[in-house]
Amino acid sequence: MNSTHPKPGRLLHLDNVTIRFGGLTAVSSVSASLGENELTGLIGPNGAGKTTVFNMITGVYAPTEGAIHFENRPVTGLKPFAITERGIARTFQNIRLFPSLSVFDNVRVAFHLHVTQSTAHSLTRGRKFRAEEREIIDRTRALLDIFQLTRVQDEPAKSLPYGDQRRLEIVRALATRPKLLLLDEPAAGMNPAEKVELMKLIRFIREKFRLSILLVEHDMKVVMGICERIHVLEYGRKIAEGTPAEIRQHPAVVAAYLGKEVNH
Amino acid sequence: MLPRSQIVLLISLATAGFISAFSSRIDDYILDVVLGIGINIILAVSLNLINGFTGQFSLGHAGFMAVGAYAAGTLTTGPGKAWIAASGISPAVLFPFVLLAGGLAAAVVGLAVGAPSLRLKGDYLAIVTLGFGEIIKVILQNIESLGGSRGMVGIPSYTTFFWSFGAAAITIYAAWALVNSTLGCGFLAVADDEIAAEAMGLNTTRYKIIAFVTGAFFAGIAGGLYAHLKGYISPAGFDFNRSIEIVIMVILGGMGRHVGVVIAAVLLTVLSEKLRDFGDKRMIVYSALLILLMLARPQGLFTWKSARKAIAG
Amino acid sequence: MTEFLQQLINGISLGSIYALIALGYTMVYGVLRFINFAHSDVFMLGAFVGYYAVRKWGIPAGGVAGGLLVLCLAMSICALIGILIERLAYRPLRGRPTLSVLITAIGVSLLLQNLGQSIFGANPKAFPRLFPEANLHLGQLSITSNQLLVIAVSLILLVALHFIVHRTKTGTAMRALSFNATASSLVGINNDRIISFTFGLGSALAGAGGILYAMNYPSIDPLMGTMPGLKAFVAAVLGGVGSLPGAALGGLLIGLIETFVAGTGWSTYRDAVAFAILILILLLRPAGLLGKSRSDKV
Repeated sequence: MNSTHPKPGRLLHLDNVTIRFGGLTAVSSVSASLGENELTGLIGPNGAGKTTVFNMITGVYAPTEGAIHFENRPVTGLKPFAITERGIARTFQNIRLFPSLSVFDNVRVAFHLHVTQSTAHSLTRGRKFRAEEREIIDRTRALLDIFQLTRVQDEPAKSLPYGDQRRLEIVRALATRPKLLLLDEPAAGMNPAEKVELMKLIRFIREKFRLSILLVEHDMKVVMGICERIHVLEYGRKIAEGTPAEIRQHPAVVAAYLGKEVNH
Repeated sequence: MLPRSQIVLLISLATAGFISAFSSRIDDYILDVVLGIGINIILAVSLNLINGFTGQFSLGHAGFMAVGAYAAGTLTTGPGKAWIAASGISPAVLFPFVLLAGGLAAAVVGLAVGAPSLRLKGDYLAIVTLGFGEIIKVILQNIESLGGSRGMVGIPSYTTFFWSFGAAAITIYAAWALVNSTLGCGFLAVADDEIAAEAMGLNTTRYKIIAFVTGAFFAGIAGGLYAHLKGYISPAGFDFNRSIEIVIMVILGGMGRHVGVVIAAVLLTVLSEKLRDFGDKRMIVYSALLILLMLARPQGLFTWKSARKAIAG
Repeated sequence: MTEFLQQLINGISLGSIYALIALGYTMVYGVLRFINFAHSDVFMLGAFVGYYAVRKWGIPAGGVAGGLLVLCLAMSICALIGILIERLAYRPLRGRPTLSVLITAIGVSLLLQNLGQSIFGANPKAFPRLFPEANLHLGQLSITSNQLLVIAVSLILLVALHFIVHRTKTGTAMRALSFNATASSLVGINNDRIISFTFGLGSALAGAGGILYAMNYPSIDPLMGTMPGLKAFVAAVLGGVGSLPGAALGGLLIGLIETFVAGTGWSTYRDAVAFAILILILLLRPAGLLGKSRSDKV
């Protein structure tokens, strides 16, 4: 089951990734692969190590053992900003916007990866610099427009209602133009109607921006409803992988959720 | 066609030059205070770049000012004096280069201080920058060729209205321009949430160092102006209390606000001049002000709700 | 060798004063997670209480009883001042960003210094003799009774502090609070009262430090707290902020290092040395010698 070489054509590949904090092994030799334009779910009971896996992919933690490849190039141990430069963007479990920045600037700042002009150019403010700034402003507007955030673009991000903050965080991540988008419990704190909206939104993003999405989620309905493949973690180990239908029936998964009906 | 911000800058420089031409008619004492205002604006605006916009609390700004003052002072008073006289070039023409040299010296020290310490956050960073500021002071006290703790005397008074306020205008422009761009939003993002900033691909260390070095550079310019205004500098004049004065200007004006900080720099310079006769009472007022401000209005006195509009030019 | 022993004793004596002050920094950081800048000025006030007690309030000094009375008085008054500072300036800011509290603390520190200059006068004052004094000579070694007294008093206070923190209910509550403030309030600890107590305790130690310092360096002024305060802070960081044994160890080390540096040709740099140590320790081992490291949760 554990292959040692990244499969060609796979977007993201985790190879026997392990991380220990002191004596505690939080994640133990997890391997997984993600393809282009795939919608994948990562589930597991509380404390299974889902967010830790996320944090290793995004460079917050460096794995103790194992390797992570993105587009067949190693990204193990790179700093978070360098990983985002490679094309992996994320959202956070407990929303982390730039609270005092306007909604507009929250998105605008994420375009910085695609700025060709240097910091020194913002002092000279030449013709090229201004043209590029105008272009970014237009693109920011366009992006806000798609997600119906234009109305509130000049408000500070912290004043937005919860649902809009979640959406803004996703929009901000999209502005870095990722090839892989990691969503950390996007449905947390949402009511059933909002969850349905969120599922639509995630599908829409995948189609519109042609990217892969990896989703850590608690809500089975959301995961089962939109993911094509699901990986299941328990106590830091991967216990199953498959389509939603396969996972629903998987004895180890059913046992892990201890009598809880997986498809509720 | 120049962008509007640069037109404003040019008009400001022209105005400064115009007023400067008539500065001989201004009373000496008043002129001295007014030139001090220009210098304090530079100090406050440059510290605001670090403490306000980038959210990295520095307590050692006077140290960088000292480096600039001593570097510039050495050029016009120390060994550089003979060379300038021999070159036959008018000192007034050379003065901007002297200031620039002071700024660059401070920037180099700023890089040396900032690169290791900016890994720290919050109060630890504050105390380390305070420590570096004191170390700079102690080192200057121990360099006999720079006058040791007696200081440097006989520095020519090259600082005119034009240089003081011209440099202030350039500082304000630079701080504004640096922050008002797509890359510039990064400074504010770092101040708001470093982890989120990293996740957006921002190299937070690089941003902090740019802010710190730029801030130190302008503090060095202010130091050069100060040296050539007062004619006398000593390490004790760049102590912790001097740093605190600049910090108070930034806090009073509202951290991360351009206009508020300039107003605060003007007001506090005038206020401390008015309170000069009261000696220690001045600092009592300052410190009480600081405490009350934090309790009642931590966002600063001169802040009002304003949405930052995206500007391309 | 004699030279070395002499410096060693001087260093231990100075270091135990730093340790007393450092404990205050560390305890407050433990419960509130901020650097109490005003702590060094409470130390200064301790020295001035001693001065006024003897010169103005007529407490007879020079004997053991009088000296101890002055020491206790300084500790009590400083404890009250510490509690008052927390109550008036820091408590209203509970829950605000660390930076706001830090700025307020700087404000309080400046206020105390300048009120001090205004009330006590800026000129240095000669600190009166509190205890009977004698010089002990062991060969070429010269030890003053004050130095021994400093070491003895510091030791007693350290033991007393250890007892309070580890053997009393309030001490246990203090430790619980510094471990997890939310949880401690959930189990019925009155956090505000424990914080007050911590400030009182730390400030009492600073007051004692002020008296002991003034006994060995008998010229006091309202700005005298700054340098010892900063060095004690460095000591707290060196030992690991939040760790009481760490603060004591750090204080001793800083005292020793400073004394030995001053004994060499680098004496003009003695004040810079503490900062150099601070910078090095924060860069190489931010958790300090005996501290535990913390990291941000994502």
